[in-house]
Amino acid sequence: MAKTTTAPVAEKTKIKLSASSLTFYFIAYIVVGLMALICLVPFIVIISGSFTSEQYINFHGFDIIPREFSTAAYQLVFKTPATIGRAYLVSIFITVVGTFLGVLMTALTAYVIARKDFPYRNKVSFFFYFTTLFNGGMVCTYIFFIRYLHLKDSYWALILPGMFSVFHLLIMRSFVTGIPSALIESGKIDGAGEYKIFFSIILPLLKPGLATIALFTALGYWNNWYNAMLYIDSTEKYPLQYMLYNLLQKSEAMSRIAAQAGIYVEAVPSNSLKMAMAVVATGPILIVYPFVQKYFVQGITVGSVKG
Amino acid sequence: MRNFTKDLKKNWALWTMLIPALLVTIVLAYIPMVGLILAFKNYNFGKGVFGSDFNGIDNFKFLFSSGTGWLITKNTVLYNVMNLITSQALAIVIAIFITELLHKTYKKLTQSIIFLPYFISWVIVGIFVFALFNYETGMMNNLIKSAGGEPVNLYAKPSVWPFIICAFNAWKWCGYNSVIYIAAITGVDQEIYEAAAIDGATIFQRIRHITFPCIRPTVITMLLLQVGRILRGDFEMFYQIIGTNGQLYNATDVIDTYVFRSLTSGATLGMTTAASFYQSIVCFVVIVLVNAIVKKIDEDYALF
Repeated sequence: MAKTTTAPVAEKTKIKLSASSLTFYFIAYIVVGLMALICLVPFIVIISGSFTSEQYINFHGFDIIPREFSTAAYQLVFKTPATIGRAYLVSIFITVVGTFLGVLMTALTAYVIARKDFPYRNKVSFFFYFTTLFNGGMVCTYIFFIRYLHLKDSYWALILPGMFSVFHLLIMRSFVTGIPSALIESGKIDGAGEYKIFFSIILPLLKPGLATIALFTALGYWNNWYNAMLYIDSTEKYPLQYMLYNLLQKSEAMSRIAAQAGIYVEAVPSNSLKMAMAVVATGPILIVYPFVQKYFVQGITVGSVKG
Repeated sequence: MRNFTKDLKKNWALWTMLIPALLVTIVLAYIPMVGLILAFKNYNFGKGVFGSDFNGIDNFKFLFSSGTGWLITKNTVLYNVMNLITSQALAIVIAIFITELLHKTYKKLTQSIIFLPYFISWVIVGIFVFALFNYETGMMNNLIKSAGGEPVNLYAKPSVWPFIICAFNAWKWCGYNSVIYIAAITGVDQEIYEAAAIDGATIFQRIRHITFPCIRPTVITMLLLQVGRILRGDFEMFYQIIGTNGQLYNATDVIDTYVFRSLTSGATLGMTTAASFYQSIVCFVVIVLVNAIVKKIDEDYALF
């Protein structure tokens, strides 16, 4: 993590490590290592479960390593490529469209409220900020969406809610503030219009900020499931996470009924299937994680220094 | 107003840049606020928000006299307080330890892994909770069984869930929060640490007298941010961990899950809006009051 590697003093004073410091380092290494382990285990259990045969899970339960290797769950996941593929496409579509619009909107707004010569910048900022202090909540948005905007079963019901956030706006504003205002002045002197200045001077310099907000927004879209639960009826419009949730509900209900009746449901590899679906849904995040982590760290760091 | 039209003329291009965000905010936040009047109405789908008849404070009366109002309020507040303390404490401890680690690779690797849970959806966490605790195939019962004990059905034991929820909340946010604290700690002038080392300060003295005071503003900001959400539960977490398991509602139902369930089950919208209204108003009043008090004590710590 780029910013956080400042070596502590102890490195320079290695000779002076006393008994109490040693105890401290011992505890620090153990605690941090344990915490990392606790954060890693769920991923291992899910991956391992997805590669374990259903029979084994039913008799012996979930485990950290796959004792009885099987790819049956994945075969089932990809046997119905129409549904899985479809849900993937929906998720990608929503994420791409929403992120693109959201980032553009956030950058434009952040640019304007960061302009010192824009007299209404504080009033406009407060107009946005106020919504974090007071809002109508889920019910009111729901009624408005369904009854007045007629967004039931529309992709817009999935895209609109995650597009713009005050938190993202504040982060983006910090990035814009980092750009010297002399650049804007020189653009003006050259006779460039506001849009020309924004798109050809500001935007190229704002790339780290754009990347940061794009990633936060995209993560939000990718992991969202409850908007689909509220607004989407047709199965072919289900995004990945909601489809996963649905599958989970069905198989849980099934196993609950089966358990009450005292029988095992062995026809469908529901347990390993769940795990395989989880892997398929989280896979893209895990693959890009090493490359994008620094942008999240940067965003959180900038966001925590209140603007 | 004249100034405003004048500025509109002068800065028209800048104003047009604001249009998309203003529109989205009006549509997503300001217009729905109007819907809060439903809290005082007997909602009738045919008549709509404005056509429905007023019924005074009947919705609130019903919400609280049925006991639901108190229960979800109590749960929401208790969980928020518990979650706040445990998650911040864990993040602070981890952040302090991570910054003190001597091996760069170990430091980077552990920090990356601890940050990982933030990136997965609550749906996945729900799956993991199920893999851990379910009666037939859960890992916990495996361990118990292999040790020769009797398996336990946690899904029928409401009393343990506050602890489970607290643990998973702290777990999921530990990486995220510790990034904030690590930034605060590494933002400290390194010379102060060096001077302390030269003066012979032990590592504990250093943490107590340098690190703690330096992260205090961050802790206060985090507390303030959470105080403004005192009646807001993390709906995604509760819904994915508990789901629709009615047996656990007494111990785990918060305002947000109650509202969501009422919405999807088509219960009376008036009462649901009343719960929402009450939540929004209380949060608003609390944050404005607390912020005013903080401003009086030390202006630097105020949020707005």
